[in-house]
Amino acid sequence: MTAEFGSFALVLAFALSLAQAGLSAGGRWRGSAALSGAGEGAAAGAFLCTAVAFFCLMYAFVTSDFSVANVAQNSHTAKPLFYKITGVWGSHEGSMLLWCLALTGYGAAMALAGGGLPARLKSSAVAVQGGLGVLFLGYTVFASNPLMRLADPPVEGRSLNPLLQDPYLAIHPPFLYAGYVGMSVVFSLALAALIEGRVDAAWARWVRPWALAAWSLLTIGIMLGSFWSYYVLGWGGWWAWDPVENASFMPWLAATALLHSATVTEKRGALAGWTVFLGLVAFTFSMLGAFLVRSGVLTSVHAFAIDPARGILLLIILGVAAGAGFAVFAWRAPSLAPGGLFAPISREGALVLNNLFIAAATAAVLFGTLFPLIRQALSGDAVSVGAPYFNRTFAPIMAAVLVILPIAPLMPWKRADLKGAVQRLGVAAGLALATAGLSFVLARPGQAVTAAGLALGVWVIAGTATELVQRARGGGAGAGEIWRRLRSLPRGAWGMSLAHLGLGLFILGAAMETSGRVEAAKVLGLGDSMTVAGYRMSLDKVGDVDGANYTAQRASLAVVRNGAPVCQAAPERRFYPASQQTTSRVTICVQGLSDLYVVLGEPRAGGAGQPAWLIRAYWNPWVRLIFLGPLVMAVGGGVSLSDRRLRFGVPRRAAAAPTPAAVPEPAE
Amino acid sequence: MSPRRWLAIAGAVFCLAGAAADPADQLKNPAQEAHARMLFREIRCVVCQSESIDESDADLARDLRQLVRQRVAAGASDADIKAYLVSRYGEFVLLQPRFSPGNAALWLAPFLVVVLGAGVVLARRRPAAPETDELSEPEKARLAALTDN
Repeated sequence: MTAEFGSFALVLAFALSLAQAGLSAGGRWRGSAALSGAGEGAAAGAFLCTAVAFFCLMYAFVTSDFSVANVAQNSHTAKPLFYKITGVWGSHEGSMLLWCLALTGYGAAMALAGGGLPARLKSSAVAVQGGLGVLFLGYTVFASNPLMRLADPPVEGRSLNPLLQDPYLAIHPPFLYAGYVGMSVVFSLALAALIEGRVDAAWARWVRPWALAAWSLLTIGIMLGSFWSYYVLGWGGWWAWDPVENASFMPWLAATALLHSATVTEKRGALAGWTVFLGLVAFTFSMLGAFLVRSGVLTSVHAFAIDPARGILLLIILGVAAGAGFAVFAWRAPSLAPGGLFAPISREGALVLNNLFIAAATAAVLFGTLFPLIRQALSGDAVSVGAPYFNRTFAPIMAAVLVILPIAPLMPWKRADLKGAVQRLGVAAGLALATAGLSFVLARPGQAVTAAGLALGVWVIAGTATELVQRARGGGAGAGEIWRRLRSLPRGAWGMSLAHLGLGLFILGAAMETSGRVEAAKVLGLGDSMTVAGYRMSLDKVGDVDGANYTAQRASLAVVRNGAPVCQAAPERRFYPASQQTTSRVTICVQGLSDLYVVLGEPRAGGAGQPAWLIRAYWNPWVRLIFLGPLVMAVGGGVSLSDRRLRFGVPRRAAAAPTPAAVPEPAE
Repeated sequence: MSPRRWLAIAGAVFCLAGAAADPADQLKNPAQEAHARMLFREIRCVVCQSESIDESDADLARDLRQLVRQRVAAGASDADIKAYLVSRYGEFVLLQPRFSPGNAALWLAPFLVVVLGAGVVLARRRPAAPETDELSEPEKARLAALTDN
């Protein structure tokens, strides 16, 4: 019964989305508050119904109801409860339902919390969001219903791919989808603003919180996925420029560009058309990602042929939504009022440069991801575009972004003195150059790319710190006064600094890890030992372990450095009988910011017929920064989001006395 | 564990990566081995989803690694090794597409975006900013309105 109830709720959600689009659009054209209000109610109803359908599917997973086709294909009675729950979004159908849940959730949030929006803009935006809901809920209901029954239920399910039975991977889709789909609100607001023909500072201020929230969640989602591949794939790769990774990275890049250009629109009223364009692009990339990942068109050309109907349906949805968005943009954008003037050397100018380079870097990712498809369609040649291409195009372009990053916040709006800004960064530049020199001569002799990477990381971190201190130090204030002023800086400023700091940390970690990783592999019998980066590990024993739904071999290695015990490594090789797959469970000994990464490989014949195992170990210096950096960036997004100036429903020209968080920045 | 289970485990090992470091396969000369490892990262495991032969544990990846190692040990140049692989598996085997007319669009696109974007920005520049830093009266009113809350 539950599955049928869920199916019914899903169809009802589809109908309510139709009503949301129709009523809100009607409310907008007739100027009727009643119709608009009904549209908002429908938005809330669509969310409730989607949530009911979602929990019905979850119930079917938890109770192992194998008469539901999706559960039979993706679950198993022996699977731990946690993975039964996360199995809900482990399949195509379930993940599209999660997508719809996020989409209607954002729609309801915008309808209920967007109190500060002008009525017409809000009605238009709710209508557009309803239209998106119609497209995706329609797809779920008619082409990918996860609640379909089987006529002939099996006794046991086929289980979830063991690689996916991992806590980090299990929780990363909700973050990722909340991020992807958060861009839908920006898309709706952008389209609504074009329809209303007005894009101004107030509009940018309404968009920013949604863009910030989506960007922060997407940052966490991508970081979790990266961390998962780091420790689950068994060799420590955290980013492979795989099409699926690129699909998640493109909306992130577009959102990053959007946050920066929206600042210009908010503070100076300029770049309005470009900001709106980015708002449309960000969600288009989200949909493109869903299409690329879910149709299988890129990882394997054949997956598309196996299920052409769904791939083509997703492509049609992408075409309809993005096509409508960009058509309205082409029609209305030329009539947008031009914003404030600025000189080329100004904060606006620096942010334009930032957007130019990020757009080019995004183009590199987009072309690199799609080029094999394009080339195959045009000439029939199969080509690959892998990491070496992205390292040679994306990396240098982003390096340019990093060079201008610390300079921009030190430049005033409208017209700036570049020399003055650069002079104030003297210390940061000195530190960066010293880092490059030390790295090139001593630490990693002759490795120019590493030296450049480390120098850029130091430049960004030191430059960000400089900006904070400069903001607080005006007028020769003492240490206590600086501290007081730092604490009273707007949270938006702190958010920006934290995000930039996180980026710098990430760059440092990435530069260190890629150049400094040490690898060792050796066949060890019991009692044998090997050494990697000064850490000596000896194989004490290898035993069998029975897990909930797997059997495993677990090795035990004592790790010693300079005679002092460091940790006991217990890597496993797990075998999942339900799916006949073997996976590796690595042990990571965390040493400060660096990791000692130990993998148990296959059994080998040792000397004198004794059993032996292939053990691989990696020393990954500063690898923690690669995951800590994005976390700091997301925290920065959250801090900025908590700035009361950005909250919804804050009446414009509030009569209330400014709180400390809203005190204007101190004069310099 | 029964021998059958061991067999099942041995047979199911296809998704475990990081195989390139297998000591049994490595070249004696560390410089040559390091060079071969660098080449591995630029060659696709053509039967895998999107992995280089440095990462993949598939049989074919292992064969390709041995092939590259032999040629490196024999002193073949990178270009020769890649040309040989392309003759056997097509351009698909190269993770870094060649600089060829067919790939020109790919290699130039990102840099074209920079140039074209810069061109658009310059072309759309409106008359230079006024010489004065003073705000006009309407601007002052607008500033007050914007910074008030």
